[in-house]
Amino acid sequence: MRLTVNRKTVTVKAPPLTRLLDVLREECGLTGTKEGCGEGECGACTVLVDGEAVNSCLVPVAQVQGTRITTIEGLGGTHPLQGAFVKHGGAQCGICTPGMILAAAALGPRPSLDEIRTGLAGNLCRCTGYAAIYRSIQLASRARSRARSKGKGQKAKA
Amino acid sequence: MAKRRAVGKNVLRKEGREKVTGRARYIDDIPFGNVLYVRTIRSTVPAGEIADIRYNFDRDGFTIVDHLDVPGRNIVALIDEDQPSLAERTVRHVAEPIALIAHSDRTTLATADVAVSYSETLPTYDPERSEIAFKQIAIDKGTLERGLAAADVIVEGEYRAGHQEQLYIEPNGVVAVPENGGITLYGSLQCPYYVHRALTVLLGLPPEKVRVVQTETGGGFGGKEEYPSMIAGHAALVAMKAGRPAKLVYDRVEDMLATTKRHPAIVRHRTGVKKDGRLTAMDIDVVLDGGAYATLSGVVLSRGMIHSSGPYRCDHIRARGRVTMTNTPPNGAFRGFGAPQTQFAVETHMDVIADRLGIDPLRLRERNALRPGDTTATGQRVGKDCSALQVLREAGRRTSFSRRRRTLKGTNRGIGLSLFFHGSGFTGGGEVKLASKASLALTERGVQIRVASTEIGQGTRTMHAQIVADTLGIAYDQVDVSIADTAMVPDSGPTVASRTCMIVGRLLQRCAEDMRTRLGRMTPAAYFKKHGGFVVTKQYEKPPGLEWDDETYRGDAYGSYGWACDVVEVEVDPITYQATPVAFTTVHEIGRAIHPMLAAGQIEGGSSQGLGYALLEEVVMRGGKMANAQLTNYIIPTTLDTPPMTIKILEQPYKHGPFGAKGVGEMPIDGPAPAVVNALRHAGVVVSEIPATPERIMKAKL
Repeated sequence: MRLTVNRKTVTVKAPPLTRLLDVLREECGLTGTKEGCGEGECGACTVLVDGEAVNSCLVPVAQVQGTRITTIEGLGGTHPLQGAFVKHGGAQCGICTPGMILAAAALGPRPSLDEIRTGLAGNLCRCTGYAAIYRSIQLASRARSRARSKGKGQKAKA
Repeated sequence: MAKRRAVGKNVLRKEGREKVTGRARYIDDIPFGNVLYVRTIRSTVPAGEIADIRYNFDRDGFTIVDHLDVPGRNIVALIDEDQPSLAERTVRHVAEPIALIAHSDRTTLATADVAVSYSETLPTYDPERSEIAFKQIAIDKGTLERGLAAADVIVEGEYRAGHQEQLYIEPNGVVAVPENGGITLYGSLQCPYYVHRALTVLLGLPPEKVRVVQTETGGGFGGKEEYPSMIAGHAALVAMKAGRPAKLVYDRVEDMLATTKRHPAIVRHRTGVKKDGRLTAMDIDVVLDGGAYATLSGVVLSRGMIHSSGPYRCDHIRARGRVTMTNTPPNGAFRGFGAPQTQFAVETHMDVIADRLGIDPLRLRERNALRPGDTTATGQRVGKDCSALQVLREAGRRTSFSRRRRTLKGTNRGIGLSLFFHGSGFTGGGEVKLASKASLALTERGVQIRVASTEIGQGTRTMHAQIVADTLGIAYDQVDVSIADTAMVPDSGPTVASRTCMIVGRLLQRCAEDMRTRLGRMTPAAYFKKHGGFVVTKQYEKPPGLEWDDETYRGDAYGSYGWACDVVEVEVDPITYQATPVAFTTVHEIGRAIHPMLAAGQIEGGSSQGLGYALLEEVVMRGGKMANAQLTNYIIPTTLDTPPMTIKILEQPYKHGPFGAKGVGEMPIDGPAPAVVNALRHAGVVVSEIPATPERIMKAKL
C-alpha cells in the first residue's frame, strides 16, 4: 500500500486493518505521534489527513490510501504554532503536544477562542489546564498576522 | 554577584524545541534491538491463595518469570517491606502481579493463555472496618476539652473524598537492558534513586551494577513516584533471565487498573466556635483507604494530618488519623499527598460553620487565618512569609466576593472560596534523613547541572538553570542540564513534595556560590581553558532553628509554606443536575516565582486537576476492581470543562529558598474541591462527598 506522509510517498507492508498510529510509529519511524489511550479519547495520536485532524489510533491504514497525511515531523519545526507553544508555555510534559499542535493547525490561521475550545475538546492535556495552550495558539495567530503585514510592506507576495 | 538576568523572566524551556517538533523521545519511542515484550499476569480476585498456575501454550520462544526467579529479595523496596514484586501464595488485590511472560512477538504474547486458579478468602473494602492499620498519627495542641468548653456553638460534619487517578497522558513504561553483569533501566519515572534502590534489593546486585536513566517523561503527578519501582523490577527480572532487553509499557487500561491512585478519605470534624466566629477547638478524625499494601501511605497520612486543621489559628486541637488496609490496588502518591483530602474537609466545614453562625465565609476565615507569629497544629511558629490573610483579601477583592455572593443568592449559580496552605519539602525530619546532594560541573561549554531531580513537565531543567545562571552571573544558555542518570548524577532525593525548587534549587545555588568564589574574576570559559574543569557538590543542611520531633508530632513540620485562596463560580443545571465551573480565580503566594510562566502553568494545571477531583473524576470500584479503567468513562477535564482562570502570584520571600522561592507544584490542587463544594452550597446544593457528580447533586436536591 502507498501512502503520502509529510509530502513523501511511502510504501507500507502492514495488513490493511493495522492502526495508522502503528504504521506511522513503527514502519515510518515517526514517533512524534503518541499513544495515550488507544480508544480515541485523548487525542495524543492526532495527525492530519487531508488537512483534517483525526485520531490515528482509530483509523485502519487501508482507509487513508491516497490521502495526504501530516504528522508533527511534517511541520518541520518552523510552524508558528511550534514556536508559540515553546514561548508561551503550551508544552509542559510534551506528550500531548504533537497532537495538540496538529489539532490546532487544523483550525486554520486565526481561530477564535470559542473555536479553539471546541476544536481541541478531543485533545486531553493533564498538565496545563489548557490556558497556556489557548494563549500559544492565539499568539501564534498574532505572530503570523504580524509576519504577513511586514512581508506585504516589503514586497507584494502571495 | 552579577546582575540577575534569568530569574523572574520567562526564558525558553530547555527541552521546548524537542517537545514541539516530536523529537523528544519518550520510552516507547526509543528503539532497542533484540527486545522482548513483557506481559504481566495479574490476580483476578481481591483476596485469596494461588492454587495453581497453568501456562497453556508452547513455551518455545517465551521467557516465563515468577517469584522463584527473584535473585534478591522479593519485595518492592520502599518504606515498609510488605509488597512482593510477584505474589508467592497470597494475593491481596485484583491486578496484583503474579508472573511475567515475555516474547519477541507481541501478538503471540497477547494470545498466550495463562490460567490461574485461587482459593478465595473474604475481602475487606471498608477502610473504617479494616483491622489492619498501616500507620496511625496523633496531633495534640492545647487541651481539646478546654477549647470545647469555651465554645458558644459546636459544629460537626463528615466529609468524603473518592479515589483519583493521576492520568499522566504517557502511561508507565520501562525498558531493562542487561549490561556489564548488571542492569540498566530506562524509563518514564520521577525518582531515579528510588528505582535504583528497589532494583539492587530485588536483583541482589551491588549499587554499581544498577544504572537508572530517566527518559523524557509524559507527566507524573506522583503516579511515577513509587510505581516505577514495581514495573522496573518486572522488566529487570525478565531481562536478567533472558539475557536480552525487556520492554514493559502499559496500555491505558492496564495502567488504570493496576497502578496507584489518590487515597479515598473519610474526615470528621467537631469544632468549637465563638458567636463571633473565633475557633476555640478542633477535633478531627481522618481515615484513609490505603489499599492492599503500605506503599507511601504512612507519609501521605502524615502530610494529610499536618494540613488537616487548615491555615487557621486555634489553641486547642486534637487530630487523629489512620490509614488502613483494604483489598483494593494500593493507593499512593498523587500531587498534594493527603493534603487535598484533609483540606477539602476542613474548608468545606468552614462554610458549614459560617452558615451556622450567619457569618460571611470570607469574614470567618479572616478572623481565624494564621498570622506571622501564630502557631500551627504541630506548634510551628509561622514566619514573616505567612500570607494567609493577604491571599484571602486579594482573592476577595479581585472577585468582589461578598457582594457577588449577595447578587447570586437565590439563582442556580453559586460562589465559593477556599483558603489553604501547603508545606514545601519533605515532612518533619525527612529532608535531614534524605541528605540530598546536588552537583555543578565546570565544562568546556559552560557549566552542567547534575541532579537526580527529573523534568516531568513542570520545568525542572529550566528553573534550575535560571537559579545557577544568575548565581554565577553567566547566561542562561551557558547552563546545561544533565539527564537524570544515576551513573552521572548524585542522589538529590525524589522529585516530589514541592521540593525541587526550594530544596534542590537551593543546593544548586550553594554549588554555584562556591563555584563563583573559585572562579574569582574569571569567566567559566577562561577558567576552564587555564585550569580545566571541576565539580562542586553540596549536601542538604538543615536551616538553623528548624526542629521536629517525630514521636510527639511537635515542631516545625516544614521549612516553609505556600499560601493560596481560590474563588470559583459554579452553575447548576436544574434539569441535568450537572455543575459547571464558570469562573475561577486564584491567588498563590509562593515566595518567589523563578519562572513566572512555568509557575502559573503549575497553578493552572493543578487547579484544573482539582476541578476534575471536585466534579468529574470518579473511580468506580466493583469487587475490588476499577470498573471504569479507561478514558471513555473516567472523565478528566477537557477544554470545555475548564473555565477561564485568573491567576495572581504574590511573592513573600522565604529566606532559605533560592532567591526566596518556596514550593508551588502541589498546592494548587488543594483548593478547588472545597471552593466548588462551597459554591454548590451557596447555590442550594449541600454535598459533602466528592466528586460532586450529577447523581450526587440530584440526591442532594431531592
